[in-house]
Amino acid sequence: MEKRVTFRGWMLPLLLIAPQVFISAVFFFYPAGQAVWQSLFIPDPFGLSTQFVGMGNFEYLFGDRHYRASFYTTALFSILVTLASMIPALFLAVLADRLIKGSGVYRTLLIWPYAVAPAVAGVLWLFMFNTRVGVVSWYLGQLGYDWNHVLNGSEAMGLVVVASAWGRISYNFLFFFAALQAVPRSVIEAAAIDGARFWRRFFTIVLPLLSPTTFFLLVVNVVYSFFETFGVIHTITSGGPQQATTILVYKVYSDGFVGQDLGSSSAQSVVLLLVVGLLTVLQFKFIEKRVHY
Amino acid sequence: MASHPSGMVEKRGAGLWLTHVLMILGVLVIFFPIWLAFVASTVTQPEIVRPPMPIWPGDQFWENYKAALFSGVNVPVATMLLNSLIMAMGIAVGKIVISLLSAFAIVYFRFPGRIFFFWMIFITLMLPVEVRIVPTYEVIAGFGMLNSYSGLIFPLIASATATFLFRQFFLTIPDELAEAARVDGAGPMRFFIDIVVPMSRTNVAALFVILFIYGWNQYLWPLLITTDPEMNTIVMGIKQMFPSGDDVAEWPVIMATSILAMIPPVIVVVSMQKLFIRGLVDSEK
Repeated sequence: MEKRVTFRGWMLPLLLIAPQVFISAVFFFYPAGQAVWQSLFIPDPFGLSTQFVGMGNFEYLFGDRHYRASFYTTALFSILVTLASMIPALFLAVLADRLIKGSGVYRTLLIWPYAVAPAVAGVLWLFMFNTRVGVVSWYLGQLGYDWNHVLNGSEAMGLVVVASAWGRISYNFLFFFAALQAVPRSVIEAAAIDGARFWRRFFTIVLPLLSPTTFFLLVVNVVYSFFETFGVIHTITSGGPQQATTILVYKVYSDGFVGQDLGSSSAQSVVLLLVVGLLTVLQFKFIEKRVHY
Repeated sequence: MASHPSGMVEKRGAGLWLTHVLMILGVLVIFFPIWLAFVASTVTQPEIVRPPMPIWPGDQFWENYKAALFSGVNVPVATMLLNSLIMAMGIAVGKIVISLLSAFAIVYFRFPGRIFFFWMIFITLMLPVEVRIVPTYEVIAGFGMLNSYSGLIFPLIASATATFLFRQFFLTIPDELAEAARVDGAGPMRFFIDIVVPMSRTNVAALFVILFIYGWNQYLWPLLITTDPEMNTIVMGIKQMFPSGDDVAEWPVIMATSILAMIPPVIVVVSMQKLFIRGLVDSEK
């Protein structure tokens, strides 16, 4: 789509667009280019010179057991976060949609956690499950279950998943609720007249009508769990125990900044770049569908 | 989102009550972590380190919040709050301003390189800062912008979401308005300031809510570039309050800080709820 009516001149528009172009170039394209460039080199231990290794960093990366494990961890983590944030959200949205009065109050209460930063959410959940002072871990202990996410990898994974999914429930709730409100009443009522009960109506009519929103949320939540959960993992587990919660973004950080392995970290950035590209294409595909819906 | 008229499929009687009960349960479960943090911020350290901690608030509210705000652990929390506020405002205002300008240029002018710049901005949509942290860090260090507000703000302004939103909106502004402005002899900047910006008010406000929260909740970037505690933002500063090694954390102060860290974004979201939802839906489309 283009405007028919435009203004003349080319100096002014270039001036107007300059700030954004400048910032994108300096803080975006240059660093991204650097990441690609550095991924082809290995710096010597003193950082004085670098040696060209071509695809060497990538070969090394995919030969690295820890990196492949991190891929698996990321996949598991993002699937769990997506499910743990979407299912409760859909359930709450269905409940809220059934109410004529009061759904606004619940909505106001439910959007709170969205405003809580992932890192703060991490601290809140860490507090509840802390091995020394945590309330939940204490009660679990009373029940005879010895909670220790500092040593137990699956418990650590469970905790970072729940802490990451928690704030996301608000987000997903808002989208599901809006989509449910948009389902034509007449369709539902027609089914009700035909004798379809609530759950039957839900699975045969409502859920299929929600599928564009569901697909959209699937992609968005996967992107979220890939890139925005760093704060949760850093505050709760720092990637441990034994790298059980080291997702790809965390590994870029720990190899690049803590381990000072720039070649490998850049190669990892490039791999992530490809992952983001892929997810973005997926996202656009689904949004296309959403438009035709 | 208006509630739909009462039809035959809404629940009444027992079913309605059950729905309310489930809903309230859901809200309670979701609120529990925040409630617990609040309680912890109002009791004494001994009450926390001997589990189970109390479930109702104690009487140490002022003491704990005063301790957090004015002394903190490494740096007073008041300082971190100020840093967060500057960072969040800088990101929100900066993004909105540069995006309004560039979207106006792209929509209302035909100039050499327009398509090229359009795609250049478009590509920035795809790459979160987390992916390019090491080289971006080097750029900032090279400019001597470590431990500075500009270092906190600028790299996070480089994103295209806002530009796209404004572009979409500008395309819906009737051509007659630009035509009329031209006939009246008004220049493009007059048109921009008198017509386009005022018409974009709602979009600007909705976007502001989203961007403010985005900026306030940043973690990784401030963690990397603020080595000086005086420059820490509150969201990343909380983790720095935990002692390394075996010392016991000062839970009441840490939890008071957590509550303080969530108050500003919660106020923004709840008080501007309609705009927030609109901004959310728009910026994801």
